[in-house]
Amino acid sequence: MAKSLNKLFSVFLLPFLAFVFAFFIGGLVIVFTDSEIMKLIKSPLNFMTAAGSKIGNSYLAVFQGSIYDINLSRKNGVLGGFYPLSETIVTSTPLILTGLAVALAFRSGLFNIGAQGQFIFGAIGASYVGFHFNFSPILHVVLALLAGIVLAGIYGGLVGVLKAKTGAHEVIVTIMLNYVASLFILWILKTEAFLRPKQIDPIAPEVALSARLPKLFGESQRIHLGIIIALFVAVLVWWLISKSTLGFKFRAVGANSNAAKSAGISIPFVTTATMFICGGLAGLGGALHTLGTEYALTANVAGTFGFDAITVALLGRATPQGTVLGAFLFGALQTGGRTLQSNTGTSSDIVQVIQALIVLFIAAPALIKYIFRVKQSVEDKTLTAKGWNG
Amino acid sequence: MSLELKGITKRFGSLVANELIDLKVSDGEIHAILGENGAGKSTLMNIVYGLIKADSGSISIDGKIVEISDPSQALAAGIGMVHQHFMLVPVFTVVENIILGNEKLKRGVLTVEEAKASIERISKEFKFDINPDELIENLPVGVQQKVEILRALIYDAKVLILDEPTAVLTPQETDELLSIMKSLKSRGAAIIFITHKLREVQEVADKITVIRRGKVVGTTLPTATQEELANLMVGRTVDLTANRESNKAGDTVLSINNLNIYDASGRVLVNNLTLDIKAGEVVAIAGVQGNGQSELVRAIVNLEPHTSGSVKLNGREILGNSVSKTLHQGVAYVPESRELDGLIGSFTIAENLILDTHENEPFSKYGQLSNSKVIENAEKLTKEFDIRSQGVFDTASSLSGGNKQKVVLARELSRDVKLVIASQPTRGLDVGSIEFVHERLLAERKSGRAILLVSTELDEVTALADRIAVMYRGEILGIVSPDTSREKLGLMMAGIKERAS
Repeated sequence: MAKSLNKLFSVFLLPFLAFVFAFFIGGLVIVFTDSEIMKLIKSPLNFMTAAGSKIGNSYLAVFQGSIYDINLSRKNGVLGGFYPLSETIVTSTPLILTGLAVALAFRSGLFNIGAQGQFIFGAIGASYVGFHFNFSPILHVVLALLAGIVLAGIYGGLVGVLKAKTGAHEVIVTIMLNYVASLFILWILKTEAFLRPKQIDPIAPEVALSARLPKLFGESQRIHLGIIIALFVAVLVWWLISKSTLGFKFRAVGANSNAAKSAGISIPFVTTATMFICGGLAGLGGALHTLGTEYALTANVAGTFGFDAITVALLGRATPQGTVLGAFLFGALQTGGRTLQSNTGTSSDIVQVIQALIVLFIAAPALIKYIFRVKQSVEDKTLTAKGWNG
Repeated sequence: MSLELKGITKRFGSLVANELIDLKVSDGEIHAILGENGAGKSTLMNIVYGLIKADSGSISIDGKIVEISDPSQALAAGIGMVHQHFMLVPVFTVVENIILGNEKLKRGVLTVEEAKASIERISKEFKFDINPDELIENLPVGVQQKVEILRALIYDAKVLILDEPTAVLTPQETDELLSIMKSLKSRGAAIIFITHKLREVQEVADKITVIRRGKVVGTTLPTATQEELANLMVGRTVDLTANRESNKAGDTVLSINNLNIYDASGRVLVNNLTLDIKAGEVVAIAGVQGNGQSELVRAIVNLEPHTSGSVKLNGREILGNSVSKTLHQGVAYVPESRELDGLIGSFTIAENLILDTHENEPFSKYGQLSNSKVIENAEKLTKEFDIRSQGVFDTASSLSGGNKQKVVLARELSRDVKLVIASQPTRGLDVGSIEFVHERLLAERKSGRAILLVSTELDEVTALADRIAVMYRGEILGIVSPDTSREKLGLMMAGIKERAS
């Protein structure tokens, strides 16, 4: 009972409170950076009213931009009102996969900063197979996705091999490989193979129609099959972590590599396998993004999907379920941020402030416990008692 | 100076660590507090030293009730404590450690002359032989402990609390400490000696208080037999003499030839070691910690990367195999540190029980773990090895030391093995658990398994072993029979080789 309460806290209550608190402070930032409202500070009542409506309007804009917009539904019917939600899902899809790439690595005790680079290689692989070949529709999609997964898997696995053979720290290697990847894509987009006929700007040809992921709700919304694949893969990762023999090894190494080693689990194998799979996950993210949304590969294909992934995985406490939720939250904040700027004039950077605050509070659970006076859980008490009991 | 505790009670949540404990220690007395791990000894002493606050009860010194709420007040009241884990800064010198927290400044500059003089005076008085300018990290454990005692003496402690002081010492260092305690006593100090080692209690104590589950269960004199003390401590009859029936050793199971182990820089850790163990035989490696025993054990299971020579199991070379292959060829490995190497604290008991067999049928099928088989296995083993928990889904870190070790034993011994390697299998365990581990190891011996026991406890070594190999600086100094005298074993552990007999 005590245990489940504590679990409840760390899984639901903590992110929720962090969320609430981040929005609260975000609201303050919105108000204090608005010079019009600050002029009213001498008359508290006016100030409070103005501040209240400003904060209310801002967050309403975020909601309208990311979940549901009543104005749109008046024009385009109830489903049309949910157009913002479909945009949120489109943004979340690659994030789910890069998030999983970081989360799974966490479980093996590895810090995968390299989702960005792996994502880029996944996008390159999918793009090339997508525009260069001609296959029947389903086969083409499958092959293009596989190309992305394998290429990025190798790129990630390389980190594992380096760590296993030489002890090179994965954080440093992955950071460096991110640079390599972003420069590599700049170069490859200018090569003969990737340039469009008679064009010189670094944009690859659009992938063939047969390689594109089908749209889920018609052409008016960008939402595509990728989300289904991403959610399916999340389930697969959950199975891998909690049910499979391989995942048992991963978790054992992640939780106590000494004991795992003493029990005969090969650390080099786990490191390499984990990084290969994680690379493949992030690569699938890149492939889905290319085949479902972008079609034409550009140097900026990865945006910040690989970096936000770290936050998303942290937010989700390195569980697949949490990572999916974290990705949706981040997707919503990002799409909502655009509306925020256009509707209220508040800088969309405020969204980044809120994201940063959420991470801060998640990373410091003690702070949240203190701020909200969460009762010392029973678990903590029994821990002391256990300490005494030897 | 006399110290008296009355009705000390301390609760942690629903657990009662100390309940109405009364204790009186007079000057010139060594008062032993005996109890199993977790009986509440350390809690009680931490209360006396002001590290923990009691819920109720009083502490009085020379009849006057005192309030002790932090260690500096305890020191001021004349109470000094030597902790089980030393509270010394390794990169500081002896004198720096001693003045730490009580630095004296002269025109803004630290002066150590006064403290140095005191150290030399007390060192001389008790024949400590401590150089005040030596760095702590360069001192052997036994000397570090003397520094702790010295610190208490410099602050004029009249009551000295020693918390499990002999746990880290060699037999010789232990003897030395016991004689220091006696001479302190003859100068009128009151000493509280916390331990669970019966022999030491009998040797120095004037009075013995036995604590069990937070309560005083008896006060007795050192004339009580070890059996009586152990029974009081555990609360039931304990058989201290491990029942080692004579057993005919079989074929050679493990044969180590010219094994060398190096560290990463090429320094020799184990030098040209040769040793055989037969089926149904316990060979114990005795020695002071850090003489290559740990490396030897790790090398046999192929956890050491730099080795040369040969290790054969039933005639087959195993040196250079993967750890997993070694274990599956028939080696059970009970590592020295169960928390660090033996168990995964955040894993459940059930998961820990399949740590090295998770890949095998029936636990794994088509790459997926079979939950029901894993639980079935856990239920069976927790019953067989009497692992006490609320269920097999408890995490390993929530278990007591004895139960943790039982999990490791259950996992390793339930496999099909020919050789059992047990490294420090009873370190830090209470009497009841030690008894269990010993019985279990002897049962393995009887069933024809070969057993390599590594232990720094002479009692354990002599009780279990058929042959004792004494290791010193990476070499086996000699192999002797278990009825060799403690003195001789102690000398060998200190590197003094017996003359050819």
